Amino acid sequence: MTEASSLPLYPHRHLLGIRDLSPVDIELLLDRADAAVAISRRHEKKTSTLRGRTQINLFYEASTRTQSSFELAGKRLGADVMNMSVASSSVKKGETLIDTAMTLNAMRPDILIIRHASAGAAALLAQKVGCSVVNAGDGAHEHPTQALLDALTIRRAKGNLSRLTVAICGDILHSRVARSNILLLNALGARVRVVAPSTLLPSGIAQMGVEVCATMAEGLKDADVVMMLRLQRERMEGAFVPSVREYFRYFGLDAEKLKAAKPDALVMHPGPMNRGVEIASEIADGPQSVIQEQVEMGVAVRMAVMEALLDPRRNREGVSA
Amino acid sequence: MSVTVFQRARIVDPSRGLDEVGTVIVNGKKIVAAGAAALNQGAPEGAAIIDCAGKAIIPGLVDGRVFIGEPGGEHRETIASASVAAAAGGVTSVIMMPDTDPVIDNVALVEFVLRTARDTASVNVFPAAAITKGLEGREMTEFGLLREAGAVAFTDGRHTISNALTMRRALTYARDFGATIVHETQDKDLAGSGVMNEGLYASWLGLSGIPREAEAIPLERDLMLARLTRGNYHAAKISTAMSANAIARAKADGAKVTAGVSINHLSLNENDVGEYRTFFRLSPPLRTEDDRLAMIEALRDGTIDIVVSSHDPQDVDTKRLPFADAADGAIGLETLLGAALRLYHNEYLSLLRVIEVLSTAPAKLFGLPGGTLKPGAAADLVLVDLEEPWIVREDAIRSRSKNTCFEGARLQGRVLQTMVSGRTVFAG
Repeated sequence: MTEASSLPLYPHRHLLGIRDLSPVDIELLLDRADAAVAISRRHEKKTSTLRGRTQINLFYEASTRTQSSFELAGKRLGADVMNMSVASSSVKKGETLIDTAMTLNAMRPDILIIRHASAGAAALLAQKVGCSVVNAGDGAHEHPTQALLDALTIRRAKGNLSRLTVAICGDILHSRVARSNILLLNALGARVRVVAPSTLLPSGIAQMGVEVCATMAEGLKDADVVMMLRLQRERMEGAFVPSVREYFRYFGLDAEKLKAAKPDALVMHPGPMNRGVEIASEIADGPQSVIQEQVEMGVAVRMAVMEALLDPRRNREGVSA
Repeated sequence: MSVTVFQRARIVDPSRGLDEVGTVIVNGKKIVAAGAAALNQGAPEGAAIIDCAGKAIIPGLVDGRVFIGEPGGEHRETIASASVAAAAGGVTSVIMMPDTDPVIDNVALVEFVLRTARDTASVNVFPAAAITKGLEGREMTEFGLLREAGAVAFTDGRHTISNALTMRRALTYARDFGATIVHETQDKDLAGSGVMNEGLYASWLGLSGIPREAEAIPLERDLMLARLTRGNYHAAKISTAMSANAIARAKADGAKVTAGVSINHLSLNENDVGEYRTFFRLSPPLRTEDDRLAMIEALRDGTIDIVVSSHDPQDVDTKRLPFADAADGAIGLETLLGAALRLYHNEYLSLLRVIEVLSTAPAKLFGLPGGTLKPGAAADLVLVDLEEPWIVREDAIRSRSKNTCFEGARLQGRVLQTMVSGRTVFAG
C-alpha cells in the first residue's frame, strides 16, 4: 500500500485487546482498513507490503472463518503464511502453549496469530516470544479484530459511530466478541445496549458501560445496529436457558422483533450463525443484513492490523520491534 | 547445658499479655526467664550474651496450614525444604496438610511424616490427618488411632466435604476424641469453573467467577452441624465479610467454633491478579478490598482467631499456564511475619494481637506446645528487628517453589534469629 507510509506510526507492538487502544489508535486502524478494502476489490490483490515476513497462525480452537481470514490477509500483503495445526487432545493445553511458543519463536516469525480457549492466552504468549502477537480470540476475554471489523462495517454504512445506538443480543456472558465490542463502541462514542436472559449476563454488567435490557422490544427500540451473538447449543439445553424453542421465542431475531429498531438498522452477526436459534433465516438473508460485508471487512481489518504492527518504520526509527 | 541470654529485648508474649523490655534466658531446651524482672539477673559463666536493644523477642510462629509436597511431590517441597523456609520466616511449628500422595489418612503415613520430620526438619512438624479416606469425602478415617499416632487435627485439606451427613458424623465422632475438624469450604457446584472472585473485574478478564456464597453456604451448613453436634469446628480459611458474620453468630450462640484467615486475604485483593498473574490465583480467591478490610476487622474483634500462611508450593508446570488452567496456591512461610507486621505498622492491630494470632492462639487452638515465652516452656522463639525494611526477592526464597504473591513487596520487620527448643535453626 503506497499510502501507508504517509499514515502515522502505530504505537503498539501487539494487538491483545481493544482495552489497550485509544480512540485515535482505533480510527487509525479503520482508516488503514478502508484502504485495504480497495486492494481486496482489485483484480490484482497481492501487494508486497509484508514480503519476506513470516506469519504463523496458531489456532487451538477450530475456526475456519477467522483462520482463513487471517491467512488471506497475510497472503494479500505478500507475507509467508504458515498454519500450525495444534493437536488439542491429550497433552495439557498450557504446557503445549508455552512449549509451542518457544519452538515457534526459535523459527523467528514476524507475527503470531493466536486463538485459544483460555482467557489471557494471547497475553501469555506475547510475554514469551520476540515477535508481534495478534489475539484472534482468547476464551471469554477479547476478540479485537472482530470488534474492529464490526466497527468498520458500521462506519462504512453509517459514516460515524458516535451517538449510534447499538444493541448486542445474546450470550454476553461467554462472549469475547461482546467484550471487545463494548470497549470499542464506548471508545468511539456509541450507546451500547445488551439484551439477554439474565443467566447469560456477566456479573457487574451494569458497570461495563452498557444499558441492560431484559427484552428485545426494549433493547432494539430505535436501535441503529443490532448485533446478534452466537449461542452454543449445549448452553441452550437446560444449563443457561431451558430450550432452543424458548430462547428463540424471547431472544431470537425475527422480522417482528426487528420492527422495533430503526427502519435502516443494520443486522450483524459474527458467525457462524445458528439459523432459527438466535436469528431467523429471512433476517440473516434480508436487506438489512450486513453479515456478508462483515466477512469482507474481516480480511481488510486483519490486513490493516498486521501492516500496522509490522510497520518497517518501527525498526528504522529505533522503536523496539 | 548451654545458656543464651537475650538482653534488653522488647519481649512480646501474648500468653501472658506481656509487652515490655527485659531479658530472656534460655537454658538448654527451655526458657528459664523472660521479662523485665530478669533484666538484672546475672548470667552464668560461659553463657552467650546477645544485646538485643531495639529488637524484639517473640514466641515462634505456629502456622496452622502448610501444604508440603512430601510424600509424592518432592519437586515442589520436602519436609526439609519447608522447614528451612519456616525457620527463616520465624515459624517454629507447622501443621502439615494431608494433601500428599499418598494422602495422610492412616497411621503409617502419620508416622512417616513424624519420622521424616525428626530426621530432616529443623522446626516442629505436626501432621494433620484427613477426615475422610483418600480425601474423597465419604468414609471416616481412624480419628482415635491417628490422634494417638500424633495427628493434631483433622482436615480434608483443599477439599470440601459436600455430604452433610458425613460432616455431621465426623464432628460427632471427633468430639469423642477431643479432636478438631478443620474445614475449607467451597461449594463445588456453585463455584463451577470459577477461578477468581466473581465480579466486574473477573467479567472484564473473561474469567469465570466464584461468588462469596460458594464459601458461605457450606460454611453455614457446617456451623449448624457444629451447633447440633457440639463438636469442635475450625473454619480454615475464610475470605469474606459474609463468612465472618456467620462465624460471629455461631460464636455468639456458644458453638465451639473458631476461624482462620490466610495472610494473603489480609494483604491482597482481586486487583492484584492484574493481567492474569497466576501466582495470585488462590483458593478461596482473592476478594475485594472491602472483604480484605472486613477480614482485618474480624481479626481485631476476635471473630477470626488465627492467621495462617496457607503455604502451597507450586512449580512452573502448574503456574506457567493460562490463568484458567493454572493451579491455586502461593507459598508464604518466609513472608508470613513480615506481611502480618504490616497490620501493626499500619496501626490496624496491636503488636500483641499480631503475635497472638500468629503464635499463641494457634498453639492453644490445636493443643500444641509453643506460643509462649513462659519460664519452663520450650525455647521456641524469634529475635526480630520490627523496623528493618526489606524487599522480597525471588532469588532469596528458600522454599523449593517460588510462587510467592509478595515478589518485590516492601516488608518491614525481619527475622534475625530463630530458635527451636533452644537450638538456633536460623540466623540472618
